[in-house]
Amino acid sequence: MMKEPDAAFIRECLRRYYYENFGVIEIPDDMHHREFGYKKVDSGMIRHIQLKNKGELRLLLMQETPLDVYVSNARYTFPSLPMNEKMWQNADIIFDIDAKDLNLECRPSHTTSICGDCGREAVGHRCGSCGSGRISNASLPCDTCIKQSKLEVKKLLDILKEDLGVYQDIQIYFSGNEGFHVHVAGSQFEELKSRERSELSDYVMFRGIIPERLGMRKSGSSKTSLPTTSEGGWRGRFAREVFGSKKSTRTKKINEITSGGYGAFERLTSSLSGTIGVRIDPGVTMDIHRIFRMPGTVNGKSGLTKVTCLSIESFDPYREAVLMPKDISLVRVSCPVPFRLNGEMFGPYRNEYVQVPAYAAFYLVCKGLAHVVSS
Amino acid sequence: MVILGHLELAKYPFLADAGQYLKECGFTLEQLGGDPDLQAVREKAFHRIQMAAEEGRVYRSDLSEVEVGEFALPREVFSFLLAIILLKLSGAHYLIRKFALQEARGAESFLEKDLGRAVTDTQIRLAAKIIWDLAGVEISKQDDHFVITTADYLRRAVQFHAKEWKLINRRVESGMVFLTPHETVRLIRQELVTYINSKISAAATPSMVPGLQEFVDRLVAMNSQFQPVAVASGEFPPCIKHAIKTLEDGENLSHSGRFMLATFLLGRGYTIEEIAPYFQNAPDYNKSITLYQLKHLSGKSGSGTRYQCQSCEKLRTLDLCYIIPECAGISNPTQFGAG
Repeated sequence: MMKEPDAAFIRECLRRYYYENFGVIEIPDDMHHREFGYKKVDSGMIRHIQLKNKGELRLLLMQETPLDVYVSNARYTFPSLPMNEKMWQNADIIFDIDAKDLNLECRPSHTTSICGDCGREAVGHRCGSCGSGRISNASLPCDTCIKQSKLEVKKLLDILKEDLGVYQDIQIYFSGNEGFHVHVAGSQFEELKSRERSELSDYVMFRGIIPERLGMRKSGSSKTSLPTTSEGGWRGRFAREVFGSKKSTRTKKINEITSGGYGAFERLTSSLSGTIGVRIDPGVTMDIHRIFRMPGTVNGKSGLTKVTCLSIESFDPYREAVLMPKDISLVRVSCPVPFRLNGEMFGPYRNEYVQVPAYAAFYLVCKGLAHVVSS
Repeated sequence: MVILGHLELAKYPFLADAGQYLKECGFTLEQLGGDPDLQAVREKAFHRIQMAAEEGRVYRSDLSEVEVGEFALPREVFSFLLAIILLKLSGAHYLIRKFALQEARGAESFLEKDLGRAVTDTQIRLAAKIIWDLAGVEISKQDDHFVITTADYLRRAVQFHAKEWKLINRRVESGMVFLTPHETVRLIRQELVTYINSKISAAATPSMVPGLQEFVDRLVAMNSQFQPVAVASGEFPPCIKHAIKTLEDGENLSHSGRFMLATFLLGRGYTIEEIAPYFQNAPDYNKSITLYQLKHLSGKSGSGTRYQCQSCEKLRTLDLCYIIPECAGISNPTQFGAG
């Protein structure tokens, strides 16, 4: 539970944010068919809410100042009823790409442990300063995290367009913390249920492919049955990854790969799901009853906004998603990891009092790395 | 607009509007029942049902694609329509299920050939119309393949357990999945059975026509022979009931599901001969292979190991568990209802 001076600060920032930035929120045209939910600074999830118009949403934001605001990807006939009575109609497809799921080598370098009692940096399972066992980890994603997440988004976009025929109605959002959400609305897939969506996840993740699909049989393979780099779909992607683009090396590569037989080939394809497959969270894509962070609202884990990425290539989340107030706040911080927000570098801080803009204070408080000093 | 011709109706008689068809051909139900010239049609109708029920075989029409006599095509449709009338009059539910299943198999075979031979625009549109009428799926032809939307593919393919049906193992381009004629037909197999079943269910039961009484009596007698194995399935746990229902509906039961059912029944003391009929509606049923596999599971062949039914926990991971309150406290389906 957040301490009161911190909670008051967060609430005040949120109140100002939603007052000044209500226009940033992307409100679906069919909002009366969606389920809304929210979390406050000091409460758990409240969901099964139906909001019929913008006015009702604005009122909720002003009255409750929620830390997180969610909306369903599904449309229901009765969004406010219990789940089994809502009458599910259809749902957008959503893919979640999160840097924390990418097993990046950089992660330990920007993850810190902090004592929940004294707020100091901790090593191991017990605080060296006060002896408390309430230790939590906080990660401050770096540029590599974002770069790698973007690569996954680009791989996903290629599959969506080339294989699945989704060219329009793709929205890419920065999640507000460590990754991206790719929303697909109004496609042929919107009426699919969980099992079918799970198959779509497996498809984009390159999971479950059998060697025969790639031209390898238990009885062996011929050069002509193996894929070429000019082919579309997974056969082409596999060929480009494994055989490379040089024609001269193709035969050598084929011999290398097929010499181990069917079993070795099978192991090779399995291992490739982590490289050529898109590393999404499959549980998110297959969930047709989930509520997702609403675009344009604040991510309570960071204070950054879930914003649209018009160009994934040039998008800079630590500049474009920083919409919180800029006034200066005094905080006590323990953050050994330096970070960049709104074009300015912050930290490292060793249990010190510093004055930082409210967006940076919000970021640090949400991650449990700072406490607001009451004026 | 694509209109089905006599040849198509002969191959897919369930697509015909029964009343309309008889009317157009100038026949009445009374004539079908009593006209001495139509005795061959009555015999054929009965034979269609008998083959499906007694022999579990697909009715093979005597239609030759080369030689189609003037009456050959209507006779096929008449015998199908009359078979339905006989089934409705006899109220033989078991025979209806078997009949629908075997007729679906027969239609599958025609459909696969028709798709394979569809080259001209007219042939392709005709094949597409039949698929649309049967399954509500739009198909078109691209190169040598039939293509359907990925969503339509997924809705059906998720019912299959074999890995080759996973989307990743398909050619997918621009939102469409490429299928061979065989795969296209396999994909809509269950819908074909359902379609024929629904046609039979929806057909009104006519009043008895004297000339049909003898055939109806024979069907009632036949039906009584084929009552399911005398087992109170109420004693069975829901997972086993579900597996039996899946097979009864002519749907594919996964390898694990078949293993579960067979080992469960063996565990309950059923003989191999008693168990084999449960599998006869499986789409890929082969009596000798089934008996061989049952012998293997029972330990009467192979290594001699008698296999046991999987645990409830294992069945949950295999998506085969359909737990109900009565399952409380058991860890294996064989314990269901004990004590």
